[in-house]
Amino acid sequence: MSRTRRAFLATGAAFALGRPALAQAAAKVVVIGGGFGGATAARALHGGGLDVTLVEVNSTYVSCPFSNEVIAGLQPMAAQRFGYEGLARAGIRVVHAAATGIDADARRVTLADGTARTYDRLVLSPGIDLRFDAIPGYDAAAVDRMPHAWKAGEQTLLLARQLAAMPEGGTVVLAVPGNPYRCPPGPYERASLIAHVLKTTKPRAKLILLDAKDTFSKQRLFQSGWKALYPTQLEYVPLAEGGQVTAVDPDAMIVRTDFSDYKADVACIIPPQRAGRIAAVAGVADRSGWCPIDPVTFESRLVPGIHVIGDAAIAGAMPKSAFSANAQAKVCADAVIDLLAGRAPETPKLINTCYSLVAPGYGISIAGVYHPAGGVLADVEGAGGISPVDASMALREQEALHAADWYRTITRQVFG
Amino acid sequence: MRPAVLAAWLLAGSVGMVLARERPPPGASSCAECHAEGAAMGAIDGRPEAEIAAALAEYRSGVRPASVMSRIARGFSEEESRAIAAYLSRQRPAAPETSQERP
Repeated sequence: MSRTRRAFLATGAAFALGRPALAQAAAKVVVIGGGFGGATAARALHGGGLDVTLVEVNSTYVSCPFSNEVIAGLQPMAAQRFGYEGLARAGIRVVHAAATGIDADARRVTLADGTARTYDRLVLSPGIDLRFDAIPGYDAAAVDRMPHAWKAGEQTLLLARQLAAMPEGGTVVLAVPGNPYRCPPGPYERASLIAHVLKTTKPRAKLILLDAKDTFSKQRLFQSGWKALYPTQLEYVPLAEGGQVTAVDPDAMIVRTDFSDYKADVACIIPPQRAGRIAAVAGVADRSGWCPIDPVTFESRLVPGIHVIGDAAIAGAMPKSAFSANAQAKVCADAVIDLLAGRAPETPKLINTCYSLVAPGYGISIAGVYHPAGGVLADVEGAGGISPVDASMALREQEALHAADWYRTITRQVFG
Repeated sequence: MRPAVLAAWLLAGSVGMVLARERPPPGASSCAECHAEGAAMGAIDGRPEAEIAAALAEYRSGVRPASVMSRIARGFSEEESRAIAAYLSRQRPAAPETSQERP
């Protein structure tokens, strides 16, 4: 017996029934992108009785959350990989092909294999593309010498190998872009865990963290942790002190700023980003490269019938995180179900929580609650914020444990 | 059981279609991404409504110590929190190894 039917029997409570009406075919929704956002949306839409096709080019998903731990040798790569069998088992049609074209008037998606899928509504969860036109010298070929590792996979393993092979007393340069970008605290967690590796395996080595901005997520928490744990390993260079990278030379392993040239043994360059390419193909990305959306339905402000969730969306105060993408996917799915049934969607409230590790067993967090206000997703005043700056080590340990348990739970919910 | 619900259930049973899940109130759909059997945060699906409502009220007022829950609970009014508690109390706990039952 299904969970739903048990719930019906147990409570007899009123339930909102989505389409379809029993006699007619279910409305068709195509979801493009099988990450935390798209896979969650596919499940929720399918749970709402719709005919769902999930289009994802890769047959294995590699999770970015916890990939910094892989880089630092604290987590095996196998723990980052997820297949789509769980979604298929739940009854969702999963098509492994690249989406190459979208005809919003005909409501049709074209795939790389030449086939097409029509839809009543389309959900895009395309994640990010890295901008190889933003930093002179940092093109698609440069990533083999200077990995970004900002899309988890081979790049993650490459950076891990480079760090392990780096000589004693070497220099790591880590470059961080300006806002907005995927996972705002992620570069600082990466810096922390690389500094941990240096401290424990190459104590004379050093990490230079070049930042294209002066303030960042969980800043006080990270900086107090760095001061305590990595006083000689980690040097932070904010924008005001010349932290913006102006060019790189991958052959010479030089990272340039307006103030200095840094010679690196290992260089991790996280470049500026934009919404995944299919967003531009669909016409839902604006000049910023990201996708403006309605904060209640996540429907594109530019193209009707197409919804955008996750990192690609301009979600106001909500950060680009896996937790956000998952929350947005559920809200978007409910809105799609309502719109297809001719009902007005409910006004949502969304939650985000992001954990970061400053060291193994040393976790910190930021949380927020968001609601539509003034046409965007705004912070609910009085809610949210970061872990206490003066917290005990017991709380830091607890938050590290919560981080690991969150990862295990959400990946099971989404892909399991 | 209300007649409409009963009818939907009978029809669903007879044609084997997927019925819509209960629609969570605002905010409630994110709880299960952390709260699960075997996780440090603990499962809350199916717990008594009064217990969840009291916990949310105490997180909101700051009486109960917390890591993130005090920061999250302050984003919801008492009425919203009660709706979340009522919804969660009606959910069945997920099995430890898989979030969805297999056919």
